[in-house]
This record gives sequence, structure tokens and C-alpha cells, in this order.
Amino acid sequence: MTVDAAADKPKKLVIICYSGELEKTWATMILASTAGAMDMETTVFVTFWGLQIFVKDKKRITGENWMQKMMSFMQRPGASHRKLSKMNFMGMGPWMMFKLAKKYNVAKPKELLEMAQAVGVTFLPCQMTMDMFGIKREDLVEGMGEPVGAATALQLMTEADSTLFI
Amino acid sequence: MANLDIKLKVDASGLSCPLPILKATQGIKSIESGQLMEIVATDPGSVKDFDAWSKATGNALLEQDAVDGKFRFVLRRK
Repeated sequence: MTVDAAADKPKKLVIICYSGELEKTWATMILASTAGAMDMETTVFVTFWGLQIFVKDKKRITGENWMQKMMSFMQRPGASHRKLSKMNFMGMGPWMMFKLAKKYNVAKPKELLEMAQAVGVTFLPCQMTMDMFGIKREDLVEGMGEPVGAATALQLMTEADSTLFI
Repeated sequence: MANLDIKLKVDASGLSCPLPILKATQGIKSIESGQLMEIVATDPGSVKDFDAWSKATGNALLEQDAVDGKFRFVLRRK
């Protein structure tokens, strides 16, 4: 009888969520939620454009100064407001994507994020990104971990069985 | 096919990846260790996916069949 290695020691996955486009957000959320469902110890380090995904949907403008506010104005934050890197067509592309997702029963990034949290996936925001964009803890979705830096991300990566940069 | 004592039936018909697996996870957590769950999916990718999920989690895949484009899995909670 073969002994299942997974039963003894959980596999560890680290995802660096760097990009904020719709298609990459989808990839991050699908893999994070499924990894959690497979009992993998899953940590998502959320940095740079990726942090925009984790701002509350209803939050329109983030930041303290005019540059930070302008940045958030030009690209609306929130998991439900992502743009496609190709074929965005002023929002027509994402609108069609969501239509197709509904037709084929594909879960939206926002739903997958909630499911990932429900299966114990840890999302850690990058402190430096929060500072630079003027994003505060209360701007971010509920249930995120303490903000951390590159050293924590690297330490998690070296201990992980698999690491993804999305 | 032996008569199995299925504790929970989950219908994941029509759902796309990764929802059948996420539904299975929700389901298996609601039953006790040793109890059985049956899940039905229509996503053809779920055949390989349930095998992988079973191996990764240790929840044993006891039965698996396909009838009229419906894939049925019986799993036992670890």
C-alpha cells in the first residue's frame, strides 16, 4: 500500500499576486481557492497592482494626496472592477467576459476570493504598496492578514513546495 | 455496485472548474470522518480533478462512473 505523502505533511503554495488585470485576477483566485480546497497551506502575497483587487468594491477613491487619488480614479479598485489587458474596449471586454462566465457557470473573482478565504487561504498585503498608494487597512476587504514586506514573502517562498508569480 | 450508505449528495451539474471541487470541499467538511459523499458533475475535467483532489486530501475516491454526460463520484471523508 502506498502511503500518501500529502496525508502526513501539507504541501505549501505561495502565490505572489502582482498583477491587477481581470484575467490574471481570475488565475490567482482559481488557483488559490483550489489549493485551499486541496488542503494545501496557501499564502497569497498581494503586492503592487495586485493590491487593487483587494480594495473593497464599494471604495471608489483611495489615497491621501492628489497623486494617489488620481491613480485610484484612473483605475477603479476592487475585485469586481478589473480590466482586461487585451480587448478591454472601454469595459465591453470585461462585460462580455462576465456574461460568458454567467452562461457557463464560471465563478467570478470576487466569489472565488470569498471561497478561498473560507477554505483558509491567507492573503497578506504588501506594506510598501499600501504606503505608496495610500491604501489603508480599512480600505481592504475583510479577513486579510497583517501587512508584510519582501523578506517575509521570500522566506515563505523558500519554504514552499511551489511558488507562482502572477 | 454495492449499496453504499451515502450521507450527503451534492449536485455540481453545470458548474465549471473549479466549482465542483470547491463544492466537494464544502460538502466533505459538513460530514464526519468515515462518512460518504456523492457528487455529480458535468464538467469533463472533473474526472481527473477529483482523482487529484482525492490524492491530495486523503479523502478516498470509492466509486466513479459516467452516465449520459454526468460524472458521479463517491468519496469517503478521511
